[in-house]
Amino acid sequence: MEVTSRQLKRVDLVKVNGRVDSATAPQLEAALQGITAQERFHIVIDMQDLEYLSSAGLRVLVSTLKLVRRWNRGDLRLANVPPRISEVLDLAGLNVLFQSFDNTTDAVGSF
Amino acid sequence: MLDHYDLTVSSDLANLARIADFVAGAALQLGLTEQQVFEVQMATDEACANVIQHAYGPGVPGELHVRCELAGGDFVVTIRDRGRPFDPRQVPPPDLTCPLEERQIGGLGLYFMGQLMDRVVFRSDPQTGNELKMYKRRSP
Repeated sequence: MEVTSRQLKRVDLVKVNGRVDSATAPQLEAALQGITAQERFHIVIDMQDLEYLSSAGLRVLVSTLKLVRRWNRGDLRLANVPPRISEVLDLAGLNVLFQSFDNTTDAVGSF
Repeated sequence: MLDHYDLTVSSDLANLARIADFVAGAALQLGLTEQQVFEVQMATDEACANVIQHAYGPGVPGELHVRCELAGGDFVVTIRDRGRPFDPRQVPPPDLTCPLEERQIGGLGLYFMGQLMDRVVFRSDPQTGNELKMYKRRSP
């Protein structure tokens, strides 16, 4: 699993590749915490090359979502969600909570 | 094609990827569709993560045995360990409809197992250890 972050003017673009399971979810969490610790709360997660997302990964996304949305200060949005991952979000009832976009440009531009 | 496939790994989260590959391989060999392979892979990953995190204490070595086989019309994954029993029935199901602020974060893995597989059976025995069996009906 690989997480890379790019800090744009207002938004942080986080690309997550590979498998996010109980072993690797802490890495994702650390990357997202690194962003919010800087008081930056506009995040896009690019899921283009995300192969697998377990409940552990979902927990990280949900806890980050709660944090960035507090006091309406920000949001966490998704881009390039693969069909299998969309299924997982659906199964967890989370697809209604996250805004999703077909590409990162639109996702970043939505802020 | 074998009639069953076995994997034994140490109870370490780092082995989840290995288990996933193993289950995918066995499931394909035993005739599951790609969609079914994804579902059993995910259910097994969730189940094994729970076992690894609960069965043995931190720093306590232990093993996990995973078997994939056909039984009647079902594809069956059996996960065995000799650690502390983790009974899935003890965990309350998550509420998936409440607003974000109220969303609890636990119980999702078990919920997935139940949704993705047709049947989940847990058994614990002081002699033989813990056994979790998950069944997936194969396409006719």
